[in-house]
Amino acid sequence: MTRALKEKIIKNILFVFALVSIIILALIIIFLFMEGVPIFGTISVKEFLFGTEWYPTYDPPDFGIWPLIVGSLVVTVFSALIAIPLGVLSAIYIAELAPPMIKEIFKPIIELLAGLPSVVLGFFGMAILAPWLQQTFDLPTGLNILNASLILALMAVPTISSIAEDALYSVPHEFKEASYALGATPFETITRVVVPAALSGISTAVILGMARAIGETMVVLMVAGGAAAIPESIFDSVRPMPASIAAEMGEAPFRSDHYHALFATGIVLFFMTLGFNLIADYISHKFKEVGSATL
Amino acid sequence: MKWRYFRQTLFFIIVRTSAFVIALAIGAFLVYIFVKGIGAISWEFLTEKPYDSMTKGGIMPAILGTFYLTTGAILIALPLGVVSAIYLCEYAKQGSMVRGIRIGINCLAGVPSIVFGLFGLGLFVVFLKFGSCILSGALTLGFLILPTVIGASEEALRAVPNTFREASLGLGVSKWHTTLRIVLPNALPGIMTGSILGIGRAAGETAAIMFTAAAFFTAKLPSSIFDEVMALPYHIYVLATAGTHIEETRPLQFGTVLVLVALVLGVDLIAIIMRSYMRKKKRW
Amino acid sequence: MIMRNDIIIQTKNVNFYYGDFKALVDVTMDFEKNKVTALIGPSGCGKSTLLRLINRMNDLIEGTRVEGEVIFEGANIYAPNVDPVDVRRRIGMVFQKPNPFPKSIFNNIIYGPKLNGVSKKRDLEALVEKSLVQASLWKEVKDILSQSAMMLSGGQQQRLCIARALAMKPDVLLMDEPTSALDPISTAKIEELIEELKRNYTIIIVTHNMQQAARVSDCTGFFYLGKLIEFNQTDRLFTTPDVKQTEDYITGRFG
Repeated sequence: MTRALKEKIIKNILFVFALVSIIILALIIIFLFMEGVPIFGTISVKEFLFGTEWYPTYDPPDFGIWPLIVGSLVVTVFSALIAIPLGVLSAIYIAELAPPMIKEIFKPIIELLAGLPSVVLGFFGMAILAPWLQQTFDLPTGLNILNASLILALMAVPTISSIAEDALYSVPHEFKEASYALGATPFETITRVVVPAALSGISTAVILGMARAIGETMVVLMVAGGAAAIPESIFDSVRPMPASIAAEMGEAPFRSDHYHALFATGIVLFFMTLGFNLIADYISHKFKEVGSATL
Repeated sequence: MKWRYFRQTLFFIIVRTSAFVIALAIGAFLVYIFVKGIGAISWEFLTEKPYDSMTKGGIMPAILGTFYLTTGAILIALPLGVVSAIYLCEYAKQGSMVRGIRIGINCLAGVPSIVFGLFGLGLFVVFLKFGSCILSGALTLGFLILPTVIGASEEALRAVPNTFREASLGLGVSKWHTTLRIVLPNALPGIMTGSILGIGRAAGETAAIMFTAAAFFTAKLPSSIFDEVMALPYHIYVLATAGTHIEETRPLQFGTVLVLVALVLGVDLIAIIMRSYMRKKKRW
Repeated sequence: MIMRNDIIIQTKNVNFYYGDFKALVDVTMDFEKNKVTALIGPSGCGKSTLLRLINRMNDLIEGTRVEGEVIFEGANIYAPNVDPVDVRRRIGMVFQKPNPFPKSIFNNIIYGPKLNGVSKKRDLEALVEKSLVQASLWKEVKDILSQSAMMLSGGQQQRLCIARALAMKPDVLLMDEPTSALDPISTAKIEELIEELKRNYTIIIVTHNMQQAARVSDCTGFFYLGKLIEFNQTDRLFTTPDVKQTEDYITGRFG
């Protein structure tokens, strides 16, 4: 066997291995659909997505997941309101303002936060934050949108912060030099040159952070309250999609309508997060930073 | 001009406060967990089985279960991940196929863990009839951390200077041998760091093992990969939400949380220290 | 007696340190108004360091120290109560590698003036036109002002950077090897530009290209290892240098 042929065979074997990720993705879609689609024999897609009653254990059962979708969206939006400013501002702090010693400590701290298991944060929300909220705001329970949003924000901040910080860090030094040479202050340089130049990376960071919040299961399972209803205040409890799946799968009889409905909810969740990730990918490639001048 | 500096000071205060708030939140969190959990930690806690409806005894089976699942996960993810990374970094030509694979990896990274759980349930537990066991859980977790391992491996491979490859190829060594003997060994530290981070992630996962491997209580320790196991994250979840003695077991819950947090943070800290050590001691 | 214009910048016994390394040793020189002064010398001789001293850009590097005085319009710009931001408004800089912002041509030019209070649209537009005319770029870009500056060629980008600096209406323009990253034709255009600009501005240019220094400058300072070896009118320095070291450098014996 010639060397060239050997190399070619190796290359092809490696190629097949590299396809594993796509194969897994395809398998996920296949199995989600395999176990999820049967529900649409009982109920139409429109009723499933927009029906406002989720009572899967009643007789007859209702499989409208709109309250679950709303629950997901609401906690994501509120956690975004907290996480985006905190995440982006802390990224600016690390990239532009922090003295080197503090930077050395702060960056690992944020990375460690990123590594905390979600069940632990959920537990924190349940055991410590919920009683505090209950007391402070005089509520029947501290398990609600506010709690979930706060904890989800804590989860999203490291994602947003580290990706945004990378984006800020890769803004070419020449832009900052030019700005200073024109008599701009550090604040003006950061806000008018550096941040705009890093905008695509920062947007990616935000979108990925939000995708993480939407897909998060344990936190919302443990602290969002669990009521499958459309909320009216941030002190109401909700049941986002992941929470529903996790809570009910254990009790749904194998291959029952409930079982299929939960898989179908998984399909919806999958495509929502997929959408977020594809958008983030598109943005980061389309607006790739055009570097400094070349001949 | 004064206004310009006033604006700047205000902005800087806001920025510094944000960073401080985050540091404070993390700090408060860790302090709480430590203070409330340390009381439960003891040698018995770490080495014995639970009894009396989990109100007494230890969490050793859960620690063991987490260990098995995590080891299985990395055994699956590491070879697959490193080989994928080698292909993407060393062999692939930049084209739409490669771009497609990368998008695939990014999307896989973004799949929620509960969806992985459903996937694992559908494929391993049901379709392949493995049932809920270590094997199903390890496979599911392995696929979940695959993007992390691929990403870290690729970064490590890319960091190896091209001059090394050129030197080897220039001596008439084949590409495969160059990769195997020159590039890979130099990338090994970075790959290990990435794997360690993957291990940390796998250890803390709950949703992915809920229906694929974990049980709240196993009478015996697992004896084969087809057995169900207890696992730390799942244990915490059930004790805190559905156990029969939630209030009574509260201190034990904190203890278990502390063990899991210490485990994950310890693992992550090792990876971070390794990484900064390697950066400083670069041999090139 | 040769007529000399007013002195606009003076350095007096300037020493400069990067940490422990002394990059400039006792530099004393005068820069005349509305003239072009070139700073030449081999790599590492300190010419760029001196240039960046004049608009306090070296402040941005950690661990640097200045001794001595740099007098601009009668005052030492390194005095403790002086704000470097103010200095950079009056003394502009063009860099070796053209560095336009990733914004439109128009926004690149009004960036600095806007921060200084120019806000009326009419004023800004007039300023943009005037600056681009002075930089010999107006005709080429007047119809594409809203396009990204990154679309321009290297030579055009550098002229844009010059226009951007001029829009601040500085008294002095510092140029740090402005043509070393450009092709010969763009280089020639910019050298022509310098000749015109000196009517209204004082220019200090660092160049490693001796022929360029001979072509564009009125006075030239030769630096070696941080010291000012010789400083004279350009035609004298290049034909009958006073110091042997200068002669060696010019004739290519080293550097």
